[in-house]
Amino acid sequence: MPASIYLNVAVSGLLTGLVYGLMALGLSVIFGVVRVVNFAHGEMMTIAMYIAVALFAAYRLDPLLMLVPIAAVLFALGYVMQAGLINPFINRPEHSQFMLLVAVAMIIVNALLLIFGPDARSVQTAYAYDSFQLGPLIVDATKAYAAVAAAVVAGGLFAFFRYSLTGKAIRACADNYQGALVVGLDVRRLYALTFGLGAACVGAAGSMLVLLLDVTPALGPSYTLLAFVIVITGGLGSMPGALLGGMLIGVTEALAGLLFTPSAKSMFAFGMLVLVLLFRPQGILGKSAS
Amino acid sequence: MSQSIGTSVSGLNRRSLAKGLGAGIIAAVAPFKIGRAQGAGLKVGVLLPRSGVQAGIGQDCQRGVEIAAGILKDIGLPDLVIMSGDTESNVETARSRAERLIGEGAQLLVGAFDSGQTTAIAQVAEQKGIPFVINIAAAPPITEQGYKFVFRNFPTAGMILGDAFANQKAIFEATGSAPQSVVFMHVNDTFGVSMQKGIDTVLPKFNMPYKILETIAYDPAARDLSVEVAKAKATGAEALLTVSRLNDAILLTRELVKQRWSPLAILSMGPGWYEDQYIKTLGKLSDDPLSFVPWYDPNKKLSKQLEDALAKAHPGINLNTNHIYTFEALLIAADAYKRAASSDPKALAEAIRTTDITQNVSIGPGIKFDAKGQNDKLKNAGIQNRGGKLVTVAPMAAANAKVVWPLTAYDKRA
Repeated sequence: MPASIYLNVAVSGLLTGLVYGLMALGLSVIFGVVRVVNFAHGEMMTIAMYIAVALFAAYRLDPLLMLVPIAAVLFALGYVMQAGLINPFINRPEHSQFMLLVAVAMIIVNALLLIFGPDARSVQTAYAYDSFQLGPLIVDATKAYAAVAAAVVAGGLFAFFRYSLTGKAIRACADNYQGALVVGLDVRRLYALTFGLGAACVGAAGSMLVLLLDVTPALGPSYTLLAFVIVITGGLGSMPGALLGGMLIGVTEALAGLLFTPSAKSMFAFGMLVLVLLFRPQGILGKSAS
Repeated sequence: MSQSIGTSVSGLNRRSLAKGLGAGIIAAVAPFKIGRAQGAGLKVGVLLPRSGVQAGIGQDCQRGVEIAAGILKDIGLPDLVIMSGDTESNVETARSRAERLIGEGAQLLVGAFDSGQTTAIAQVAEQKGIPFVINIAAAPPITEQGYKFVFRNFPTAGMILGDAFANQKAIFEATGSAPQSVVFMHVNDTFGVSMQKGIDTVLPKFNMPYKILETIAYDPAARDLSVEVAKAKATGAEALLTVSRLNDAILLTRELVKQRWSPLAILSMGPGWYEDQYIKTLGKLSDDPLSFVPWYDPNKKLSKQLEDALAKAHPGINLNTNHIYTFEALLIAADAYKRAASSDPKALAEAIRTTDITQNVSIGPGIKFDAKGQNDKLKNAGIQNRGGKLVTVAPMAAANAKVVWPLTAYDKRA
């Protein structure tokens, strides 16, 4: 097998992994601050994908150009969900939160099934079949655009949390809930804002993934699971960890498919998860509880 | 006398009346049940993957169900009451839906496109004693279990492969060109694995000009086949031999284009590449793959009726394997119901066993089952996608077009 094939496959896995990472970033942000695990994460991404498909079908609007509006819609959805539905569950037992979000996930899947039917839908842009050739390296243009957009969105989110006052206030809530209350921060509003930001991430990831995948209502659960694998590998609650986890899973799956058998791609991703849980339970970039 | 009358009356009021009523009910209900069943139509549970990863094909099979009623009526067969069940492309769901349909009164089952799901339904049908007519499923073991209620009017993997290799050789001879090497890519579901095992057995018998350089199995639910195609391309094979489904056929084609690999030929021995959704999704990129599949004989009278009915109900959709074999499964059910004059499962199964339909659609002498419940007389064809239509290119006797060879390079399509 020529050496260039390894490079091609690794780059392809890395680019896909970046988009996965952005999707998982939303889950990590929500858990890191609100301490609620969003079991409807993949399903929320399918909502974004269907919005992108509908906009493209009706107005030929490119999903990459619609990334910001779609993220804004998901932000609103996330904000309302947190403020109206999840906030009352914040201090309830974890199994109640789990059941609530699983119920939300099932409602989303079935609502999408009712509205769009079970058929796979896709977006066929003018560049859908383009690729760049750089010597022996052939890069899928769509994956490259999506990965660049994912990197930009993730960079924007990091900057928001690091430099903006609101971002700092959200981090304060995450670091010390009681302290945030004592200094007079509106924690409920900041939680809703955080959930909205997490949903916006998944919205942006959805508008990119629709360029790479066909969407069906049943797509959500597998991506919820994938997001969990990524954030646990990278470190639950760690933003850089989510991106790193995404890239690791993307490259691992791709190279495992090449070196062993494509049927076993997921097996290697889960194998890596088991290793992380055994030897570094807090995840690669996660903070130890102790 | 009065005592006599009294006894008589008393007897009538009690035991005699009860016996008489019982006998009367049995006598009245038995023929009435048959009459009512005939009048209302046989309840046929049609199990298809209408959602999930095989939804596209399941819904295409459903078109065969939709156009069947009018044609069956035209040829003088009784009504069928269709009870729909969605297997959700899942084996366990297929099993539970079959049980539910039988519980709701289905008197015969039809389905289920996928070998894994069909195997599960066959077990339920046999256990419950309800006849099951398979529309599409090629895994050989389904009719090797000694089942009494399971019938298959679809070729087994071995039959498909035998005809596929014979038709490929006919094309190679006609074009004077043949690939020396192929890479074999297949789904790793029940059907795909059956075909892969079948190739190991059947290929040596055909002295094919090509060698299989590598076999690459992949998940039928895969959403990205870039690694698989990269690996296949790296083998340096001249042509691509494949057993796929619909979604993966689309994904494979997209990756072939993106990775700038135009093989000499795409030789498919399964569904996917000839489906309307494949053609609509890919447009010009859908042209030229060759599919070696169970097909219809365009010269048969019923084929024309089926084409017309499909064109009327679904304009722009090409008649294909999904419609043909789903329709024929219902044809078998209606024919058996008419001959059995009963909806009793045993009588229906017996009637199906003695089926002898010569006016059918698929290639071959007709529909007849062997002792195992398999129609072993079916023949397959080589078809090619051409400008959004499907033409038959092999066997030469049934061909209505010449093969386009080699495959037009993807980067040279206007």
